[in-house]
Amino acid sequence: MDGTRGSDVTIDRIYDEFVKGIWRENPVFVMVLGMCPMMAVTNTAINALAMGAATAFVLIGSSLLVSLLRHLIPKQVRITTYIIIIATFVTVADLTLEAMVPEIHKALGAFISLIVVNCLILGRQEAFASRHPTRLALADAAGMAIGFAFALLCLGATREILGSGSLFGFLLFGEQFEPWVIMILPPGGFIMLGVILLFFNWMRQRRMSRQVAAAAKEEAR
Amino acid sequence: MNEVELTISAGRKEPGSLRLVFTLALAGMLSGLAVAGVYQITKPIIDANKARALREAVFEVVPGSAQLQRLAFRDGRLVPLGRDETTTDPVLYAGYDAEDNFLGYAIDGSGPGYQDIIHLIYGYDPQRRRVIGMQVLESRETPGLGDRIYRDEAFVAQFSSLAVEPAITVVKEESEAPNAVDAITGATISSKAVIEIINAANGRWLDRLPPAGAEPPAPEGKRGEPMPTSDDGDAAGEGS
Amino acid sequence: MNENLLWVFISACLVNNFTLYYFLGLCPFFGVSGRLTTAFRLGLATIFVMVITSLCASFLNAFILPYAPYLKLISFIVVIASTVQFVEMVIRKVSPALFRALGIFLPLITTNCAILYLALTQTSKELSVVQGLVYAVGAGSGFTIALVLMAALREEAELSSVPSVIKGTALNMILAGLLSLAFMGFAGLFSAT
Repeated sequence: MDGTRGSDVTIDRIYDEFVKGIWRENPVFVMVLGMCPMMAVTNTAINALAMGAATAFVLIGSSLLVSLLRHLIPKQVRITTYIIIIATFVTVADLTLEAMVPEIHKALGAFISLIVVNCLILGRQEAFASRHPTRLALADAAGMAIGFAFALLCLGATREILGSGSLFGFLLFGEQFEPWVIMILPPGGFIMLGVILLFFNWMRQRRMSRQVAAAAKEEAR
Repeated sequence: MNEVELTISAGRKEPGSLRLVFTLALAGMLSGLAVAGVYQITKPIIDANKARALREAVFEVVPGSAQLQRLAFRDGRLVPLGRDETTTDPVLYAGYDAEDNFLGYAIDGSGPGYQDIIHLIYGYDPQRRRVIGMQVLESRETPGLGDRIYRDEAFVAQFSSLAVEPAITVVKEESEAPNAVDAITGATISSKAVIEIINAANGRWLDRLPPAGAEPPAPEGKRGEPMPTSDDGDAAGEGS
Repeated sequence: MNENLLWVFISACLVNNFTLYYFLGLCPFFGVSGRLTTAFRLGLATIFVMVITSLCASFLNAFILPYAPYLKLISFIVVIASTVQFVEMVIRKVSPALFRALGIFLPLITTNCAILYLALTQTSKELSVVQGLVYAVGAGSGFTIALVLMAALREEAELSSVPSVIKGTALNMILAGLLSLAFMGFAGLFSAT
């Protein structure tokens, strides 16, 4: 059954579903979803961007299809059907990347195919796309995809700047810069993400303590 | 939900197994069709990319070459392969210049490096019995250290004229010997791996080659496929 | 051939550890590694699933995929999902106690990216059947080692006083980073002499 009726799909609602995926419910930083194999490809900004684009293609495409077909897919086989749909989109993305940008495809390797087990995509189909009308599902998928790509780009850009002294291949600090090589190696990926999560925790704590302080002030008045 | 909807949902039956199987089969079929379709469209482009990458690598390691011919080692001899012919036999490449003069072979090899397997291709001149070029195709060596096996021009340049007898050796300081390679400081293991790979490939291939001075077998007429020049697109290099 | 097999094993287990080098299998790595015994059991189950997947992948590569290479991903996914289902059924029949102990972790193996990655790279590296099996055992062992080490670290961290701002996933990430750093020491272990 639908989670909403047709008349609830207002522009405001669409906008809301779209925006939440970018910051408030950012899949990586807030929900810590779907980072598994993505960290291996965030050692340069361009790889992170390509991976984000591929994931966006798969997420938006499969959410669209799942939402369109949500009344036709029997409940018992829904997960398998979602996986078939997602795998199709991933294979298409893989072939397209191999044809259009072979260098990047070689750098990303098998990790493009691993998009199919990205918990984010299957999670959105199950939690949202299968229960909401098409326009909302599309907005949700687009928002999550942008939020995810943004997170990947943050991680990738930081690691590339610190680890290679460049951004998208352009040297930033000149030849003399001694790069912090560990950042483009696996330990750097873990540590960088840990630092970013730490930053988000700290921001959240600050916001909460401010809210508590404001509430206390209200009480005292 | 209002009363009408409640009644409708109560009357809906559970889908039978046939419906489930049908849905999955249909999904599978449509998926297969979509993927097969995209594959048909992208395959020519992907193949053209791979062929071009190969030609550029051979062009790099056999300096002066403009055409290449694929050769397979079958039944104890080298046999020329047609342009789209695939085989499970070991393959190497013969490089010719624009006037159909044979310049040398391009041989690929792989082996464990410091982090993971290194794939490379190198050029070999049977006349002078020397390695004439080397290009690393794939590696995962340490950035800044091991990756200098392809980033360090001075290291790569040592392979432009390297004697293969008795075997290529790695040394830590500059040496006058024609078969010595100066290892990269701080990347000894990666450097040694490159030499090991070339020595092993030589061990495999040198006995299979026709004797020095003899030309490798080639099909009738024009030799091999012309290679793209720097301003050509994929279109060039498809004639033979 | 033997030397090759040893390299395949050590490379997959230590030098290019699936979890600490390729970031695979992080879902269970961070989700399950809270307790040492559970972590170990999950690791063993994963090795088992990996070995079976490797065999199926070799079979598919030899007979089916040469005709339809674009079906690679879909067929591997189906194989993995079916294998896990099958393993679940077998364990339930053979050892109900083990089945209860593993609980929800068994179905979770399906979404473990490590297994799919194993099948894909076994294909792209064109490993033989025996090499593939060694690769699977090595990768699974590496995953188990990483999982067990992480579990031990986390049990220790539970007992220490940690600033609240870093507690949780942030701390686990940094611990994993340090573990990964330690494993980098294995590079060059099996090198050309």
